Amino acid sequence: MINWKVILNIAKTHLLTKIKQTSTAALGVTFGIGAYITLVSFMTGLNEMLDDLILNQTPHIHIYNEIEPSEKQPIALYDEFKNTFNVVHSVKPKLTQKKIHNALPIINYLKEDNKVRGALPQIKATIFYIAGSIEIGGYLTGINVLDEAKFFNFQDYITEGSPESLHNTDNSILLGSGIAKKMSLSVGDRIQISTITGEIFPLKIVGFYQSGIADIDAIQSFANIKTVQRIIGEAENYITDINVKLHDIDDALPLSKKIEKQFNLKAIDINTANAQFETGTTIRNLITYAVSITLLIVAGFGIYNILNMLIYEKMNDIAILKATGFSGTDVQMIFMSQAVIIGLVGGIFGLFIGLILSHIIDRIPFATEALPTIETYPVNFNPWFYLIGITFAMISTFFAGYLPSQKAKKIDPVKIIRGQ
Amino acid sequence: MSTVLEAKHINKYFKKPVLFHVLKDVNFKINKGEFTSIMGKSGCGKSTLLYILSTMDTDYEGELYLNNELVTGDSREKLSYIRNKHIGFVFQFHYLLSEFSVLENVMLPAQKLGEKSFMEIEHDAIQKLKILEIEQLAKKKASQISGGEKQRVAIARALINNPSIIMGDEPTGNLDSYNSDNVFNIFRQLSDEQGLSLLVVTHDVDFANNTDRIIQMEDGSIVT
Repeated sequence: MINWKVILNIAKTHLLTKIKQTSTAALGVTFGIGAYITLVSFMTGLNEMLDDLILNQTPHIHIYNEIEPSEKQPIALYDEFKNTFNVVHSVKPKLTQKKIHNALPIINYLKEDNKVRGALPQIKATIFYIAGSIEIGGYLTGINVLDEAKFFNFQDYITEGSPESLHNTDNSILLGSGIAKKMSLSVGDRIQISTITGEIFPLKIVGFYQSGIADIDAIQSFANIKTVQRIIGEAENYITDINVKLHDIDDALPLSKKIEKQFNLKAIDINTANAQFETGTTIRNLITYAVSITLLIVAGFGIYNILNMLIYEKMNDIAILKATGFSGTDVQMIFMSQAVIIGLVGGIFGLFIGLILSHIIDRIPFATEALPTIETYPVNFNPWFYLIGITFAMISTFFAGYLPSQKAKKIDPVKIIRGQ
Repeated sequence: MSTVLEAKHINKYFKKPVLFHVLKDVNFKINKGEFTSIMGKSGCGKSTLLYILSTMDTDYEGELYLNNELVTGDSREKLSYIRNKHIGFVFQFHYLLSEFSVLENVMLPAQKLGEKSFMEIEHDAIQKLKILEIEQLAKKKASQISGGEKQRVAIARALINNPSIIMGDEPTGNLDSYNSDNVFNIFRQLSDEQGLSLLVVTHDVDFANNTDRIIQMEDGSIVT
């Protein structure tokens, strides 16, 4: 039977009389845990921001009509050539319409699916921005701006103006910031655009769009769906793209396959479109954990060292404790509890240090072209990290204490007492 | 008269550096209330014998009985408990835990035993310190008192669990004659007044002559 009160009292006295060594050991743990919390909060904060950057902008499933050659060339329909080897030269893409056939019923159908959060129609049109005699090529995308803001955080990329102003103004345009700069335009000005067929439309600039990618900002602008339909002279059911946002991103692949089959359209899911972004996240997490574990192992060796020294110093004490009836296990527990106390105290301080440092980082200004709405470094205050941190501190100090305490357990009191 | 401690055919070998027969068929009994001393030249095996009797050394042949119960072959946990409850120890060097106060040093074995409440143990400890006339030192750190005082604290600690026997390994070996006499008188008094059994290894002839019985050892055997 172990009398914990006595054991802990002895452990406490040892720790307090060697307060300098104790605090050095605890500081090692504090530093390790503090660094882990700071690193992991900052790193995952960044990761999350970068993931959001892709996930928020990108539809989970993008449905459109692909211009591509037919899988089955006409010759395959002839029975006479069935068993021959046919070579077709100069294969041309199949002539199809750009618009999605029956787009509005498809959207309604998708919206009824309970996996789908939103299905938004878009129209992509090629246009020219006209400045005097100069024509600059570009794209005008017709969107349902309020829904885009709701599902894809569209407002984050509007540097001037607002989604509402686009929605409320007839014949208005959200101009790409690159074009605005080239043409020295500001909000409230008018810009003339022409379609491929040559018709010219004046549009009112209600805001600027900035994605952070200069090449896109130099060509891409947005307008309401109805405005674009009017410009290219198409009916209200003319829709070229459908962007789908799901509740669970894992449904993207099966659902996209199903849509392709059911509607005979092209449906690209987000994982296929952005296969590389997972890799970056994984590697950054790997680095974070590698660094943190290294720090904690170093701290563990510190504790190991200090306990080893303490046990050498306390040889006589150990011998006398054993002579007066403390068992080897009792002695081991005395030193184990010292290690665990160092780990616990150091670890808790480490959590606080980590929390404070994370808060400081959270306040450091961080301005980037790519993310107009982010002002400070992103930090992830996930309570799980704190739980993992303290658990790790306890485990590493437990092992650091186990080996020296095992030695203390085995010390033969007769040898020590006779050795004097 | 009942027997406190009995050794039957104790043999011990040192295996390093060469095989050496330290104790050769040692047999003896210690009766309750007896104040016994073991004498002999350096290297005759008297300390080795004492550590076997104390149950700390388990590497021997033969049988050891404490209060007529065989303790040879018991587990280490059991032996720790026996040392805690039945055997009090006083060493040549004082071996107090230097970071603890005198009172705490005396109380520790009783707290380990855990049979009494903290208040009772504290009361007992102060009683023992009073018997040894050092109760004024109770709150001092063990490292701040003199050698003679330390030895008395060690005796108080040995007494705290009211053991069946007190063992001493040259308890006066490191003390001047004044403190030696003092320690001897304490032992004598404990034996006479409280009927405590004592077994003390010593070099000091004067000390031994005043005990009830002297066990003389030579080359690993008991001579008288």
